[in-house]
Amino acid sequence: MIEPVTTIKKGLNIDAIRSQFPILNREVKGKPLVYFDNAATSQKPQCVIDALVNYYTHYNANVHRGIHTLAEEATLAMEKSRDAAQEFINSESREQVIFTKGTTEGINLVAETWGRQNIGAGDEIIVSNIEHHSNIVPWQILIEEKGATLKVIPVNEKGELVIDEYRKLLNPRTRLVAVNHASNALGTINPVKEIIDAAHKAGALVLIDGAQSTVHLDIDVQGMDCDFFAFSSHKMYGPTGVGVLYGKKELLEAMPPFQGGGEMIKEVTFEKTTYNDLPYKYEAGTPNIADIIAFKAAIDFVNGIGKRNIKQYEDELLQYGTGQLKEIPGVRIVGEAKEKVSVISFIVDKLHPQDLGILLDNYGIAVRTGHHCAQPLMDCYRIPGTVRASFAVYNTKEEIDELVVGLKKAIKMLS
Amino acid sequence: MGDQKKIEQIEAEVKEEFSLFDSWDDKYEYIIDLGKKLLPLEEKFKIDENRVRGCQSTVWLVADHKDGKIFYKAESDAVIVKGLISMLIRVLSGQTADDIINARLNFIHEIGMTTHLAQTRSNGLLAMVKQMKNFALAFKLKQAAAINN
Repeated sequence: MIEPVTTIKKGLNIDAIRSQFPILNREVKGKPLVYFDNAATSQKPQCVIDALVNYYTHYNANVHRGIHTLAEEATLAMEKSRDAAQEFINSESREQVIFTKGTTEGINLVAETWGRQNIGAGDEIIVSNIEHHSNIVPWQILIEEKGATLKVIPVNEKGELVIDEYRKLLNPRTRLVAVNHASNALGTINPVKEIIDAAHKAGALVLIDGAQSTVHLDIDVQGMDCDFFAFSSHKMYGPTGVGVLYGKKELLEAMPPFQGGGEMIKEVTFEKTTYNDLPYKYEAGTPNIADIIAFKAAIDFVNGIGKRNIKQYEDELLQYGTGQLKEIPGVRIVGEAKEKVSVISFIVDKLHPQDLGILLDNYGIAVRTGHHCAQPLMDCYRIPGTVRASFAVYNTKEEIDELVVGLKKAIKMLS
Repeated sequence: MGDQKKIEQIEAEVKEEFSLFDSWDDKYEYIIDLGKKLLPLEEKFKIDENRVRGCQSTVWLVADHKDGKIFYKAESDAVIVKGLISMLIRVLSGQTADDIINARLNFIHEIGMTTHLAQTRSNGLLAMVKQMKNFALAFKLKQAAAINN
């Protein structure tokens, strides 16, 4: 049977991609769902859902310790996910891929282990003004404990980091620079290579929060030369509750463990415990086996389409959406950086984002409203928040048209 | 001023008004209209102490009492929230502390506004109801203390 092809975008068959996401068939408030909250979490393709069901149906067992068949199958599948993740971000070795609950846990792991060991009174940590709270609060907890200081890279009107100011912040007391690869609130892609090189020259390490970039951009941790890189599965079509922390080997080996428990030990006596090798040293307790296994299905899904194809198509949506929204009187785009992932944040003159979000939901359109866990940024722009539409590879221009129609209606009702 | 209607009676009236609407658009249109008509709160009340926590929008709520009854005034920077506040004020303002504390407010569910009561970070309605009941409770405790003294 020949598949019906109605929308072909430079080699991408969007209808075929959409058909892999069962949730896109549902209705919300009697209207077909338009899901534009992908920066919060993306929907899951059938292959990811199947991988979860398949694990629980056929080979559910605890990993790494059992000698029975099921345990072996589960262990093998879980470790295959690690290999896939290693390749996905081009890590030097599989041992440097540590499974976490998500980006937040990855960042907290670094703060609690490397941070507690290496940050002292008077030391400085640099973050940016467009960070998610997850990449601010762990460092605040750390500096408070250690008597260190937090410095902030400013952001310009377009939503870009002011790199000249960043360079001025670097000094011999700078121990760590923690910035995102792409901003969840605005979509800005940060010049991470430049940031990393400058930090290294100043003798500081760099943690990159890859939560928003990993689904859109090619990730090469070696090429980037970052010291730590954290990301989440659920923002890249995978299950919730899984993330990866990548770290440079010598750092991961030197750092103390994060949590104590099973799996992370070699020998335990009441006198002394020796810790397991990487990556298990940082994976105490029974891991999130099912979701880690299904995470590989998500990686395969993304690789199957190709990140560059995804980015190219999403760029088209971004451009189209930005153009369409700008034509609506009163709409102002917040964040117009030259380099962006497919996120459009906007506000409408005199109207509250929450009102717009409620009415758009009423038309079946899911957007995010509020401060997007980036209150310092909203304060900087003196706005209570924005409406954010963020696109994935399964979104279409027709859906953007729906947003435009819905938004016009909402504005009319509220004005 | 005649006798204050009972809470259930006002709730029933609100329910009946909403039953006239066929579509969600109409319901929202009505709530937005209520929001626009809500009397603005004097600037002096728009202070941090009067803010209702747990709302995506900013909500200020103040209460006063007279002859054993409690009266509310509130405002928000979001108009739909203002409309919802306006309905709560209509139902609860001018009632006795006991009636407010015991009010079940089923009308919110019955007019289909339950989503605004959901335990999500964006909602404010639940926080507002809680705050209104807290005022009533505080008033009652103060009354009891005064009698005991």
